[in-house]
Amino acid sequence: MYKYDEYDQRLVDERVAQFADQTGRYLAGELSEDEYRPLRLQNGVYIQRHAPMLRIAVPYGNLRAEQLRTLAHIARTYDRGYGHVSTRQNIQFNWPRLEDVPEILGLLAGVQMHAIQTSGNCIRNVTADAFAGVAADERIDPRPWCEILRQWSTFHPEFAYLPRKFKIAVNGAEEDRAVIRAHDIGLELVRDAAGETGFRVLVGGGLGRTPVIGEEVAVFVPWRQILNYCEAILRVYNLHGRRDNAYKARIKILVKALGVPEFARQVEAEFAHLKDGPSTLTEAEVARVVGRFDDPVLAPLPPTDAAHEARLAADKAFAAWVRRNVRAHKVTGYASVVLSLKKHGVAPGDVSAEQFELVADLAEEFAFGEIRSTHEQNLVLPSVRVADLHAVWQRARAAGLATPNIGLLTDIISCPGGDFCNLANAKSIPIANAIQARFDDLDYLYDIGEIELNISGCMNACGHHHVGHIGVLGVDKNGQEWYQVTIGGEQGNRTALGKVIGPSFAAEEMPDVITSLINNYIDNRHDGERFLDTVRRVGVESFKTRVYAERDARQHAKEVINA
Amino acid sequence: MPEIIKNGRVQHDDWQVVRLAEGEAASATALPAGRVIVPLAAWLLRRDELLARADAGVLGVWLAASDDPAALAPDLLRLQLVAVDFPKFADGRGYSIATLLRTRHGYAGELRAIGEVLRDQFDYLGRCGFDALQPAPGRYTPAQLQAALASLATFSTPYQASATHPQPLFRRAHRPAAHEEAA
Repeated sequence: MYKYDEYDQRLVDERVAQFADQTGRYLAGELSEDEYRPLRLQNGVYIQRHAPMLRIAVPYGNLRAEQLRTLAHIARTYDRGYGHVSTRQNIQFNWPRLEDVPEILGLLAGVQMHAIQTSGNCIRNVTADAFAGVAADERIDPRPWCEILRQWSTFHPEFAYLPRKFKIAVNGAEEDRAVIRAHDIGLELVRDAAGETGFRVLVGGGLGRTPVIGEEVAVFVPWRQILNYCEAILRVYNLHGRRDNAYKARIKILVKALGVPEFARQVEAEFAHLKDGPSTLTEAEVARVVGRFDDPVLAPLPPTDAAHEARLAADKAFAAWVRRNVRAHKVTGYASVVLSLKKHGVAPGDVSAEQFELVADLAEEFAFGEIRSTHEQNLVLPSVRVADLHAVWQRARAAGLATPNIGLLTDIISCPGGDFCNLANAKSIPIANAIQARFDDLDYLYDIGEIELNISGCMNACGHHHVGHIGVLGVDKNGQEWYQVTIGGEQGNRTALGKVIGPSFAAEEMPDVITSLINNYIDNRHDGERFLDTVRRVGVESFKTRVYAERDARQHAKEVINA
Repeated sequence: MPEIIKNGRVQHDDWQVVRLAEGEAASATALPAGRVIVPLAAWLLRRDELLARADAGVLGVWLAASDDPAALAPDLLRLQLVAVDFPKFADGRGYSIATLLRTRHGYAGELRAIGEVLRDQFDYLGRCGFDALQPAPGRYTPAQLQAALASLATFSTPYQASATHPQPLFRRAHRPAAHEEAA
């Protein structure tokens, strides 16, 4: 991954000193609550239900072993022994004391990490495909471009007080694994007819209260101009985005109000001034950034390994894990391993200090020291020799990191929800755990096949419920927690928003509701059809009818028993 | 006399910012004698009347966050002082307005941030081209304002090009390639 130079390090060190000073002035009463809030938010500090929450940036999901060891140390020393992978690839701690945050940031700076712009109305952490640089279907590696965007957006003096938060994602593969259509700016790396690298630019996507799929504003921006073009978008937004209502302040509302053609025209007019200006990228700068990614040089290995094949044949559990949790690598003889943070009964995305350390060990021994975090809240060892998969599996399994459920019903995306978050209307984690408990049988999970279940505790949609094949949204009804269910959402190249099936449900009904949905799928599916395909083919109505009919039957049965 | 930060130092300042009262017309507002900073609307309406004072260097113009700085472009050579108002410190439009004044319209006179101007925004304000920072009266004690000078350059080598750094870091400094660094 990218290695800091002296300039990168100095900026992070200066940030630690700045935030220590600001926090000191706040604790001394020199800064008001209102004045301090954006400062702490732009350092990832939320005031949560129990304690401050600290969100640490993991730029485009890239991590090194030594960084995981520091995270383990922070988890043990300042938290309750665990951290949490967020749906934007960041890492969160739920229990630090505000007074300790400057010290934690100092420790992070020591391993080239920070919490800069992980919250607040600014440009947030740039995200990308967790398999960037190793995916078999990749056209162009997005990581150097993400790093260039990270540097451009870090402490950008003009864009630190935007109308609302601003998220950028970059994809360079055939299949979009960065949800670029649900970002304020989604960048797709493409080549033009002459083979020149550039970006297709989507603007105005986002989930949240008003979910919108991003729209194309530029077919091709040459790579040299990408910072100028992003600057033009941000300037139009900063000057004209709404500031009177936080719910209407995202760029998607501006794009909708102006219409895509008029918004694109304003961006073009601004871009005309910036084009070829000082922020125009150079070959030397791109080469420098590429060169600072100390990627391992992988010589192709034989595609098959006799010992590996023998273990696959002999060990059903290992074979199941390889089928679900191991992905193709662009170099023959290597694979990418997904370490599941979705062990049944554990909060999705939680990682204990011991697990951080074990993953660091595995990365150093088997994966060239590299780790990735995914927006689906798992960890990845991007480059593992096929011959080493069995050893990795055994050690991961012993640490509870080898649940073979990636892409299955229990690989649930979930926000922290009402157990932790101040914004939440309802709890998320207990719903996830109850569904995992209901669908604990692996053979049954495999039979159900590929399906994505996403849970958000409120309409801010941190759990990406709109794009889940099944989406669950916590809502507040007269002070009680209820859950609205959508089906038919999808992320990736065909991103779509799910449709609400009907009135919401009580928490204890949720496993039954999911069971009804799954049973309707199983009864209607054609051979090889995924849940989502069946929903598309037979329509939402069939699922809705089944869910509410079975719900009525359950309630009737309950009344009979109680009568 | 109020104190402001100008050119990196705490200085006394006798410019008066003229703000229209609720419902008051820009055409009719009375302007005090001495150095005044008038709203853009007043300047545009009463330009002929005010030009002499501007040319004498005792009249400046302030832009609201919703004003288009291009409206002032024809007059920028005649004005020694332009101010941009921050109605709330979290309203960041003024950063873009300042950037446009400096980098697009070529304004080289004093550029002053007025309104809710806080110490923790000084670094960003400075880089967007503000060389005068006028916190709201009473927000800082003289000692606090003096201490706030430390926040003028929180980041010694920023990445971006801006009004004060015409080149981005990658054009401004030699950034070492991986192979140029000792292992």
